[in-house]
Amino acid sequence: MNWLTEYVRPKIRTLLGRTDVPDNLWHQCPSCQQMIFHRELEAAKKVCPHCGFHMRATAAERLTWTFDDATFQRIDLPKVPLDPLKFRDSKRYADRLKEAREATKHDDALLVAHGLIGGAKAVVAAMDFAFMAGSMGAAVGEGLVTAARLAVLQHAPLIVFTASGGARMQEGAVSLMQMPRSIIATQMVKEAGLPYIVVLTDPTTGGVTASFAMLGDIQIAEPGALIGFAGARVIEQTVREKLPEGFQRAEYLLEHGIVDMVVKRGDMAAKLGMLINMLGYHRAEPKAA
Amino acid sequence: MSSPGSINIADEVSRLTDKADKQLRALYAKLTPWQKTQVARHPDRPKAGSVIAGLITEFTPLAGDRAFADDLAMLGGIGRFRGEPVMVIGTEKGSDTETRIRHNFGSPRPEGYRKARRLMELAGRFGLPILSFVDTSGAYPGIDAEARGQAEAIASGIDACLSAPVPFIAAIIGEGGSGGAIAIAAGDSVLMFEHAVYAVISPEGCASILWRDAAQAPVAAEAMKLTAQDLKRLGIIDQIIPEPVGGAHREPEMAVAALGDAIASALAPLAGLSPTALRARRREKFLAMGTALAAL
Repeated sequence: MNWLTEYVRPKIRTLLGRTDVPDNLWHQCPSCQQMIFHRELEAAKKVCPHCGFHMRATAAERLTWTFDDATFQRIDLPKVPLDPLKFRDSKRYADRLKEAREATKHDDALLVAHGLIGGAKAVVAAMDFAFMAGSMGAAVGEGLVTAARLAVLQHAPLIVFTASGGARMQEGAVSLMQMPRSIIATQMVKEAGLPYIVVLTDPTTGGVTASFAMLGDIQIAEPGALIGFAGARVIEQTVREKLPEGFQRAEYLLEHGIVDMVVKRGDMAAKLGMLINMLGYHRAEPKAA
Repeated sequence: MSSPGSINIADEVSRLTDKADKQLRALYAKLTPWQKTQVARHPDRPKAGSVIAGLITEFTPLAGDRAFADDLAMLGGIGRFRGEPVMVIGTEKGSDTETRIRHNFGSPRPEGYRKARRLMELAGRFGLPILSFVDTSGAYPGIDAEARGQAEAIASGIDACLSAPVPFIAAIIGEGGSGGAIAIAAGDSVLMFEHAVYAVISPEGCASILWRDAAQAPVAAEAMKLTAQDLKRLGIIDQIIPEPVGGAHREPEMAVAALGDAIASALAPLAGLSPTALRARRREKFLAMGTALAAL
């Protein structure tokens, strides 16, 4: 160690540190390209304050934004057999799962929690697109069944936020079977006379759209969200024509009578609270003193 | 005819036939998943229409979803199976260019699934068991299909299968393609021909997404576990129907007869069950699928 290196290094480090800072503090809107300060973006729930573009959100953010006072209890979801097919493409599915778990800090693509919305008890299941594109395998199916059972147990509405590329191909037909399994979950909620509300967020496609995501008593979509059954590329290759402007977007679905309403993220929690109140689920009784 | 030293033609023919038969048997005993996919798509394989013709008497087609159109990719109607009235639904691929176009290559649009749902509900009201014959590469991916709610139509189809208050037997007779198949296949008993395939996506689709190369379809087919034998092991289907030597396309009538016997024996144990018991049993079966795997 000589005095020169000892003297210079810390200075270089602070210099490098300084150039790193703006990367974390500023985000660029993927739609209008404007820069947004991170605190402003958080306060706006990841909606661009310049153009209103709704950026993708994690399941954890959904829970925080939806429950009153950002207060809720997460539920542990049942463990399911991992990698039932011992699937391998360019990588082992078991390794992909491990990586996704490390990156997201979650077990799979669904989080379930209960708490209050608009003062009323509610169960929320939120999908995480960041976990293997929110794909539905046995864990997501089992998670939805668990959420439904919890809703029935608590006599509370079930609200599901969807965000998924569809079935998890690495689980083959096991993932296909999650379509009927997740639909059984919606049946349990409906048979108990409880509201089942679906909030479709960007993107929701494939086997998820074609199962529990389309069976809500009330269907809500976020502005601009891509929602559909088949992928745009597959459709283009099949019909060999250009897809119409705004095809498979939330507003297109509203126009075609497939969703009830398009609700901005900033209004979502209030709208959900209002709806479940009107459907007969009211402010939880204050605890006796 | 035979004199010493000359070949006995009859014996020789029978010997060669036997040999060819053995070879065919050996070949079909170890088809790869990709080869099975090709057999499942064989143009001469019995299609839903010919299965109905072979098994159902007094078949009376019922048309339309009452909202938009009659989708010819989805066959449906009432008839008698071994004398008893049943409701029949099935996806029809067609067998030559003209019929393939008429039936949209077996890929239903939303109105097809809504027609199936209507017929399932009709069956429920009159206590008719439902027989469903599945042979589709998948639901039609088109602009019109999306605009009319393909996803909702499939979801409602599965919902209707699970809710049916009558016995429901589904048979995968060729290709069971993803959501478009399960929309009419969530039954009490799911039968599958020995060389049929049933999967969440086509091997070509899976290969182009996960391997980024559709030419890797044979490799994907292997990984996907889409054969009847694999799906039986995974507890996803209930029974494998043996095919004639060399595949159903060689002896379609024999294959259809075997399917008939399998349906009859799958229906028998369901006969006395109440609507509530049937639905509960069906629901339990699908709910158990995740947990049953734990034993593997």
